[in-house]
Amino acid sequence: MKSRHVLWNVLVVIVVCVTLVACAPPAAEPTAEPAVEPTEEPAEAPEGVIHYLTVQQEDEGWPLLLSQLTTECQAEHPGLSWEYEYVTQDDLSQHIQLLAGSDSLPELFNYESGAPLIDLVDSGQVVEVEELFTDLGIMDALNPAAVTLLKGLVNGIGLYALPMELNVEGFWYNKAIFDQYGLDVPTTWDEMLAAADTLNDAGVQPFAVSGMQAWPITRLINGYVVRYYGYDAMARLIAGELSATDEGFVEAAQVIQDMALADYFGPGVNTLDYGPAQDLFLQGEAAMFYMGSWALRDFNNPEVNLIGADNIGYFNIPVVEGGVGTMADYSINAGLTTSLGQTAYDENPEAVGAWLQCVMPKYGDQAMSELGLITGFAVSEVPDDVSALTQMTLAELAGAENGFPWFEAYFDSRTQDIATSNAQLLVTGDITPEDYMAELQAAIDAQ
Amino acid sequence: MASTFRDWKAILVFVGPALLLFTLVMLIPIVWSVGFTFFEGSPIGGFEFVGLDNYLRLIGDEDFHYSLLFTLRYAFTVTSGQILLGLILALFYVFYLRRGSSLVRTLVFFPVVVPTVAIAQLFVKLFEISPQYGLVNALLALLGGDSLVQPWTGQGDTGFWVIIIMDIWRAMGFYGVLLYAGLIEVPTEVIESARMDGASGLSLVRLIILPLLRPVLTSSLIFSLNGTLKVFDSILALTGGGPGNTTEPLTLYMYKTAFRYNEYGYGSTVVAMLATLSLLVTLVMYRFARRDVAQP
Repeated sequence: MKSRHVLWNVLVVIVVCVTLVACAPPAAEPTAEPAVEPTEEPAEAPEGVIHYLTVQQEDEGWPLLLSQLTTECQAEHPGLSWEYEYVTQDDLSQHIQLLAGSDSLPELFNYESGAPLIDLVDSGQVVEVEELFTDLGIMDALNPAAVTLLKGLVNGIGLYALPMELNVEGFWYNKAIFDQYGLDVPTTWDEMLAAADTLNDAGVQPFAVSGMQAWPITRLINGYVVRYYGYDAMARLIAGELSATDEGFVEAAQVIQDMALADYFGPGVNTLDYGPAQDLFLQGEAAMFYMGSWALRDFNNPEVNLIGADNIGYFNIPVVEGGVGTMADYSINAGLTTSLGQTAYDENPEAVGAWLQCVMPKYGDQAMSELGLITGFAVSEVPDDVSALTQMTLAELAGAENGFPWFEAYFDSRTQDIATSNAQLLVTGDITPEDYMAELQAAIDAQ
Repeated sequence: MASTFRDWKAILVFVGPALLLFTLVMLIPIVWSVGFTFFEGSPIGGFEFVGLDNYLRLIGDEDFHYSLLFTLRYAFTVTSGQILLGLILALFYVFYLRRGSSLVRTLVFFPVVVPTVAIAQLFVKLFEISPQYGLVNALLALLGGDSLVQPWTGQGDTGFWVIIIMDIWRAMGFYGVLLYAGLIEVPTEVIESARMDGASGLSLVRLIILPLLRPVLTSSLIFSLNGTLKVFDSILALTGGGPGNTTEPLTLYMYKTAFRYNEYGYGSTVVAMLATLSLLVTLVMYRFARRDVAQP
């Protein structure tokens, strides 16, 4: 009996202790500074942490550049610091949704421009960049063409994203393979198919396409459609002036299906991820690769690019016979953009403002000199040592008369998913071009 | 025992914390999720009461129907394979390997403790076609030429069977051990006397061992069916539900609906259907088991 009481008392003590520990306030962080307000510091010195939620790793791309620039800024603003959080691109939308639901979006975060960003804008969670940058006197840090592009993606309601990169898309080709088989750079779609046929007969895979990602397939459909109807084809589709069941759209789907079934994309296209597809091209196993100029990061890297940067050429999407689109129309986009959280900005406008004033005017130059990355920010001087591929891309961008976005830019999430997942079935012949476009149009009607 | 159940303080201390935790992390989210089925919207745009609209939408949703049928087909195929192979393994351990079975049991059990994503990557590589052939395609190319080579995970029909093979292989060691534990509890005298009566091989298994194993078999079936009805990670890592939605189970459809399309209400409705399905299957299995126990 006595032992039972002892056991009982021990149990009660354990439960009470656990409860007290669980409910106790968190231990104070050890601080290096004494808990005394610094009275000497000027009142206007901004202090704060800039958080960046991004899909890129800390040692690459935008986070790397912003981190370098923040470090430079700390000489002028020692109270500003930088915090980075990585999220995979697949989880980004869910992550942003949850943060937005609790009104806790960070100062900077990646999000897709287009229909998803409009939802955030409507709920007042994103800073209007043009107004803020104008107030801060740094609007000239942005490239006006990039500003127009980003405004167009949110139906012109304002500028709600930063163009951390500016890309032109098109076909990159292996010059040595083209020379070996006596092929000219194609200017029409038929010429491109003829070249693909020659390569295929010779046992060379004509195109490297990541069907696992699916969007590289819809990019090809988009290219054909835009050359058929002109650069504003997708805008007219979403406005109801065109239908996805119209002849040009169905023909586009048919052509891409025929290309896949003729083995132009190689075996098992739907099993090939982005990296292996790019590797096929950069290891000389495939002759052509449709991609955006963000791939220059890898093209300029000799450890990844085994065929050599000088061996890579570029041609814009070829024209389609009878189509109204021209070679002066380019697929241009700002990649995955970065937006500013309204609540985080409102909590500390001085710090965010000071950081933006310090970092943004230097971003374009830093990206160009460090990574050879073309951005939607102004570049004061192109460095002498910038790669020939980057210079060529800059020249292509400068020559663009009209820009058009990617296939799914105006679609909501469900329609995007239908466009991409059905594209996988299209290239295996499991869905007809007519059904592909009919399902797409039904989804557009429902959005 | 009766005095223990009358001791409310002891019950409170021993059961209370677990019950509180269970309520917080299971019951409240379940009730919350069921509540969502009567709303539509997202955390960004806000929620709107839609009554039974989400349930009515299920009736005409072809993608939901496809995912439901896929889930059932997958669950019954994988469960059959896991239990059948688990039983064969258990018999093999007890009647063939006997005391020397521990090494084989450990090896066959090994995939159970390996992360699912790692196993999926292993199978992706095994069945790879591009940029280079995996082991399966390399062997097929060697044996019968390139005509036998297939993009196994890139086609809906073959992708389904790769998933089936992977998930059976991954879990059969677990069911082997579970049934082995039941099998070694079967009294040796019963088996010996059955043998003396002329039972051997299949007749011994069918007439003596299976009836005695039935409680463990029923538990295994419930474990397996509930696990396979809720399959998510292995398919996500192997095929991502593709190509298209050809290998998309209900869980993946729910995930896409709620978190990619931002239709939280409809996503909750899909998962409510899945929970109901799991509950029904479990009840049927229990009913089946109880009737067997009640029989003389």
